[in-house]
Amino acid sequence: MTIKNLDNRGLVRVKAAVFLTALLPFAKLAVAAYADELGANPIEKMTHVTGFWALSFLLITLTITPLRRLSGCLWLMRLRRMLGVFAFFYAALHFATYLVLDQFFDWPAIAKDILKRPYITIGFSAFVVLIPLALTSNDAIIRRLGGKRWRALHRLTYPCAIAGVVHFGWLVKKDLTRPIMFALVLALLLGMRVAYRLAGNRTAHQKAV
Amino acid sequence: DNLGELGKSKYSAADELTPRRDVTQYNNFYEFGTSKDQPAINAGTLQTRPWTITVEGEVKKAQVFDIDKLLKMAALEERVYRLRCVEAWSMVVPWVGYSLAELLKRVEPTGNAKFVEFVSLHDPAQMPGQKAAVLDWPYREGLRMDEAMHPLTLLTFGLYGEVLPKQNGAPVRIVTPWKYGFKSAKSIVKIRLVEQQPLTSWMKAGPGEYGFYANVNPEVDHPRWSQAKERRIGEFLKRKTLMFNGYTDEVAALYAGMDLQRNF
Repeated sequence: MTIKNLDNRGLVRVKAAVFLTALLPFAKLAVAAYADELGANPIEKMTHVTGFWALSFLLITLTITPLRRLSGCLWLMRLRRMLGVFAFFYAALHFATYLVLDQFFDWPAIAKDILKRPYITIGFSAFVVLIPLALTSNDAIIRRLGGKRWRALHRLTYPCAIAGVVHFGWLVKKDLTRPIMFALVLALLLGMRVAYRLAGNRTAHQKAV
Repeated sequence: DNLGELGKSKYSAADELTPRRDVTQYNNFYEFGTSKDQPAINAGTLQTRPWTITVEGEVKKAQVFDIDKLLKMAALEERVYRLRCVEAWSMVVPWVGYSLAELLKRVEPTGNAKFVEFVSLHDPAQMPGQKAAVLDWPYREGLRMDEAMHPLTLLTFGLYGEVLPKQNGAPVRIVTPWKYGFKSAKSIVKIRLVEQQPLTSWMKAGPGEYGFYANVNPEVDHPRWSQAKERRIGEFLKRKTLMFNGYTDEVAALYAGMDLQRNF
């Protein structure tokens, strides 16, 4: 067994390790909340932490394909779905924090936020689009949809990631360092896909000629 | 670091105090970093002695005041003020100081003095956050002359009965409780009395978002978020934001006839 050709037992171990690692930010947050160590404004802290990890896992999910192409490790694709579901997990926590802790079900205020505040409009839209992606992330549904339609649907991950970065950039008061870092990583990941596609088209074209 | 015997003030609010720990560990002070916890971590490099404030401009007696002389220039009082941040959270802080008017009348403003500009320290070696161009340093704020002379406007040297912690704007800052927190310049080295309305740091950074007046007003939203409610630090449910942060009786007359939507 090499790193390129992981056997099933190896894959199960890698998956378990990734699963536990992906839960760490949640565990850390839960422990800090329980110990009352989230600082003076715990709700703000929880909103920031869950939002940060939702966006991070979206970008991590998007690194799998380029990483597979660069490394030749096909098994990396077997991690992608789990990472995507973790992105949804943190996004759902982020939304729940807003709904329950921040607004406490103040529906008029929430409706006003979603309609009037562009950063909330775009963040909420991205979350809504993530829901069907999370719901179609199991084998039975993938089989029923067929690979082609499933892949077409899951390309919505790209606009979600863009919306997530814009949402972050739009809400900070002044210091854009972190949103810009996310934007650069996302631009690189999307740029690589464009490059692959262009290179692929060229090969196809050469073959045709 | 105890400031000794303090006078009581009729301007103190009856609200429950925010714990000292939160007042001193949850700060907006970009000179020491843009996150709330960084000022408490990074402010140790600030040297608060020796320290002087230069008061100049449209005055008959421009002077340089030493901080230790300033501390004894008028009777220190404790003032419990509500503090409302433009980010929609609030605190209640027992500040220590005296009205800025006490200082201003000693330099004898001329008839041309229409505004007051506050300039904070600019020294990236002491204020590491200034190595990043987040704002156009030094931090500048300003008030109209009548706002600056209003007894609520506090020249502040301490909180909770002690000398100001560095992360809260040591050794001397302004507190204007009916305005958003960013109006209250910290670590002040210069006060200029001027004829024209000064251009403040936040007006430069976001003219559509931060106006000169920055009065707390639940009816005028920040372009990107609502100002109707606020989270009082330590409370779960948000509370309604009060006009002029609850200081309407004291300050509303300053703005009689002004369009507060336009002069935000």
